[in-house]
Amino acid sequence: MASSVYLCLLRTVFLVCIVNLLIHGVSGDEDVNQNPHHHLHENITGLPIVTFKWHHVETPYLVVLWVFVAALAKLSVIELNHHVTSVFPESGLLIILGFFLGGIVWGADKAQTFKLLPSTFFFYLLPQIILDASYFMPNKLFFSNLGAILIYAIFGTCWNAATVGLSLWGCYEAGAMGNLDIGLLQFLLFGSLIAAVDPVAVIAVFEEVHVNEVLFILVFGESLLNDGVTVVLYNVFEAFVNLGGPMIDTAEIFKGIFTFVVVAFGGSFLGVVFAILLSLLTRCTKHIQIIEAGFVFVVGYMAYLTAEMLSLSAILSITFCGVCCQKYVNANMDEKSITTLRHALKLLANGSETMIFVFLGITAIDTEIWVWNTGFILLTILFIFIYRIIGVFLLTWMLNKFRLVPVEVIDQVVMSYGGLRGAVAYGLAAMLDEKTIPEKNLMISTTLIVVYFTVILQGITMKPLVQWLKVKRAAHSDLKLIEKLNNRAFDHILAAVEDICGRIGDNWWTRGWNRFEENYISWLLMKPKARKNRDYLFSIFHKLNLEDAVNYVSEGERQGSLAFIRSDKAANVDFKKQFGSEFADVMPDIMVDMSSYELGIENFSVTSIVKDTIPSVSLDINAQDRKNALDDINAHHLLQQHLYRSRKHHRHKYSRSHFSINQSEEEVQEIFQRTMRSRLESFKSAKMGVNQAKKITKHHKKELAHKMANGHSDGTGYLYGDEVDSAVGSETGVISGTFMRDKYTVGAGIENPVFLPDMDSPTHSSLPWLMETEAVAPSQRAQRRLPWTPNRLRRLAPMRISTCSTDSFLMADVSSLTLEEHEELSQTDHDEIRPVFD
Amino acid sequence: MGSTNSTLLKIPNVEVLMQETGFSPAHIIRLHDRFKALDKEGRGYLCPQDFGAIKELAMNPIGDRIIGAFFSPGKETVDFHAFVKILAHFRPVDKDRPKEPNSPEPINSRSNKLKFAFQLYDQDKDGKISRDELLKVLRAMLGMQVTEEQLESIADRTIQEADLDRDDAISFEEFRKSLEKVNIDHKMSIRFLR
Repeated sequence: MASSVYLCLLRTVFLVCIVNLLIHGVSGDEDVNQNPHHHLHENITGLPIVTFKWHHVETPYLVVLWVFVAALAKLSVIELNHHVTSVFPESGLLIILGFFLGGIVWGADKAQTFKLLPSTFFFYLLPQIILDASYFMPNKLFFSNLGAILIYAIFGTCWNAATVGLSLWGCYEAGAMGNLDIGLLQFLLFGSLIAAVDPVAVIAVFEEVHVNEVLFILVFGESLLNDGVTVVLYNVFEAFVNLGGPMIDTAEIFKGIFTFVVVAFGGSFLGVVFAILLSLLTRCTKHIQIIEAGFVFVVGYMAYLTAEMLSLSAILSITFCGVCCQKYVNANMDEKSITTLRHALKLLANGSETMIFVFLGITAIDTEIWVWNTGFILLTILFIFIYRIIGVFLLTWMLNKFRLVPVEVIDQVVMSYGGLRGAVAYGLAAMLDEKTIPEKNLMISTTLIVVYFTVILQGITMKPLVQWLKVKRAAHSDLKLIEKLNNRAFDHILAAVEDICGRIGDNWWTRGWNRFEENYISWLLMKPKARKNRDYLFSIFHKLNLEDAVNYVSEGERQGSLAFIRSDKAANVDFKKQFGSEFADVMPDIMVDMSSYELGIENFSVTSIVKDTIPSVSLDINAQDRKNALDDINAHHLLQQHLYRSRKHHRHKYSRSHFSINQSEEEVQEIFQRTMRSRLESFKSAKMGVNQAKKITKHHKKELAHKMANGHSDGTGYLYGDEVDSAVGSETGVISGTFMRDKYTVGAGIENPVFLPDMDSPTHSSLPWLMETEAVAPSQRAQRRLPWTPNRLRRLAPMRISTCSTDSFLMADVSSLTLEEHEELSQTDHDEIRPVFD
Repeated sequence: MGSTNSTLLKIPNVEVLMQETGFSPAHIIRLHDRFKALDKEGRGYLCPQDFGAIKELAMNPIGDRIIGAFFSPGKETVDFHAFVKILAHFRPVDKDRPKEPNSPEPINSRSNKLKFAFQLYDQDKDGKISRDELLKVLRAMLGMQVTEEQLESIADRTIQEADLDRDDAISFEEFRKSLEKVNIDHKMSIRFLR
């Protein structure tokens, strides 16, 4: 609370400063600043050290200040007492804050100095919001509900516009509003601008409420598309108004309807064209990664402006551009660029949303626009509310006849109540031409009141309503592979059943489209690399593994056990680099060597569990101190010999075009060659029985868990061995190569009893990759077995399923382990396995 | 309506069938037409070959399994009753229908829908989806894009997610539990079979 008060004060001070500056600038040195030369000549006495040139920077400075103020406003709103923010929606609070700001400006200036200009709104504030909304649209949900969304957006909006306009006109004729200079066409024009549900307001409110996804997409999709529809309707009616009542005949009306269709579909089509262009463009931006994210903004904005230029629907254009390109752009671009894009889009959209709401508030503080007409204003609010409800129920009733899962009554109530009006309506009202519409100010003030009423009042009551009606909320569920797998199975089953029933249904169309998309569109718009390995299930699998890996790292860091190579700095750095590239860095060829990437991570998380199952976790840290120097030396040795020491390019901090550290082609090539060479060497030496592995000291552990680790690393070893072949040029190759080599050499020279005392120390378990180096089993055995038997994998389970106790897993592991041991005994070289049982 | 009734009358025990499956007469007639169209030789029953003749179905990666689901074990034919009963799995759950306390569970209930999906995996009918069985389905569905090792690790992970009793297989109970959050009625229903 204190911080927000402080912020408010700060802002007030700021504003007063600005305003004073402004007044000063306006009244004082206007002419002087416009002629700087003149100014200089006048005071020729000396060279001016500092000159005050407010007008020089006025416009950009004001813009920046307003952005800054809006950001501060958002900050203070968020930092407000949580009781307030839980009741008030953010958008409403921002508007109210805007009132205060406007009041301050008014107090200082005695005039409305700043207001939201329609051109600013439509050109600079709206596009990014729409682009953000459409780019992050849940595509599948959107397209599977597209029919309903379109019906709501087109017919619902027309219905609202027509009924509100006509009813208001009727009431006016009946004398409810006194004497106004408005005709039927003007009423219809007003109806059309007030008809649209505003996406900005809807997103702002509904995101806080978390309704179920179908309801959300219906409201959200409708609000997004009907903006386009409203603008079109508005233009048509404006043209009618300009034409004048008597000029309008049937032909003109048909032309109007035709324009409507052309503008709406033309805009959408243009958007799709730009989406294709954008996807094609991102196919070949590999070498300018740093700016490729920018293309989305630029092309999106181009789609918007081009549509505007051709007098097509700009909002629909940018919407479809965003919706259609997302899949291909995401597949084509580098993962980092996608992250950049995501953050930048959110930043821009959130920022302009804040600005819009603040300015909606500020705009209100103006005596000029306020024209009060009780009848008109109250009736407008009443009618938009009633007709929204009627429209939603009517259209839903029709839609439900065709929907597999009908929209429930409760959802319909929320939908009709969610008809929030926003800045689009205000922007359109402010664009009205005063010459043809004498009552422009009345319309503006009514629109503003409607916006305040819906955003603030309905926004506040939305949450309680949703709770009270027990609307189905969005089910928050963890990502599950089995669910995704079955979803795919269900799709196939439904398609098959439709075939058997001999009917062309939704699934038939979906499948047909998917096939077409896969064969032609993806081929055209996606990089071959991205296309190759983009099975959805597999990416889910990948994601889950990444999560595990991150969990593992954070878990390990908490226990301090990742700092295992303390003695040697160089080795440490090297290792960390590798480690980092394993986990966080996205390699250039991520799609290709996904597999090795994958298994590397899997491997780490498994070991982490192994570590967790050891009851004496706390020993890890203590034991590390006890760890004898031999350990460290060995680790050092090992790393120095096997880990590739990458050349440090000290350019990533200041280079404008390169972030990444280790991506030069030669280096990758070198890593690969080294890997292969060391593999070859070790292979040879293993064959000839040359004992050259003195540096390896770790032996089998007596503990079962350690045994498990060994058994486990056979598996990885085998996989890695394969991966090295396939994942050419990947950095993981280094690690795998290292492991391979160790395996062989250890296999050859393991029976040095000198090192046996080492075994008692339980510390090794804390070092995930040291365990890899302990791997003893020859690869033949590994190849005979399936590398990932479920009972090994199950050790992952405690991490994911927290309800089960760890002990039970341990038990299960022990039981499965005895089997494994027998197997190993029978299958492995006896020389190697003996020390374990000594 | 006259023609409707006459078609219906040709089908033996149509009342019972409608009772069991919840299909309306119009649906029964439509399905009967389809049945006759599939049964090209007019034998009154369908063989697996008849299903195989459906072109799209042949391209379905798990088409064989779905066809197999129509035939009870050991049988090579399916008659109209059984045919309709299988398809009744895919009727959306109707909420308005009054629930009679002692009536048997309808065919299109959630758990029956799940059972249908489950048996597509469980080809040896031992009540469990083993790793191999899962792997086969995965192989069919994921196709060429994923390597065998990746398939195996996906299969392992899937089993690990669902497997509660640690027997490396998914029993029906585990299957049901793991899909608890999925809207089965939504995902396993076809609109026109309402």
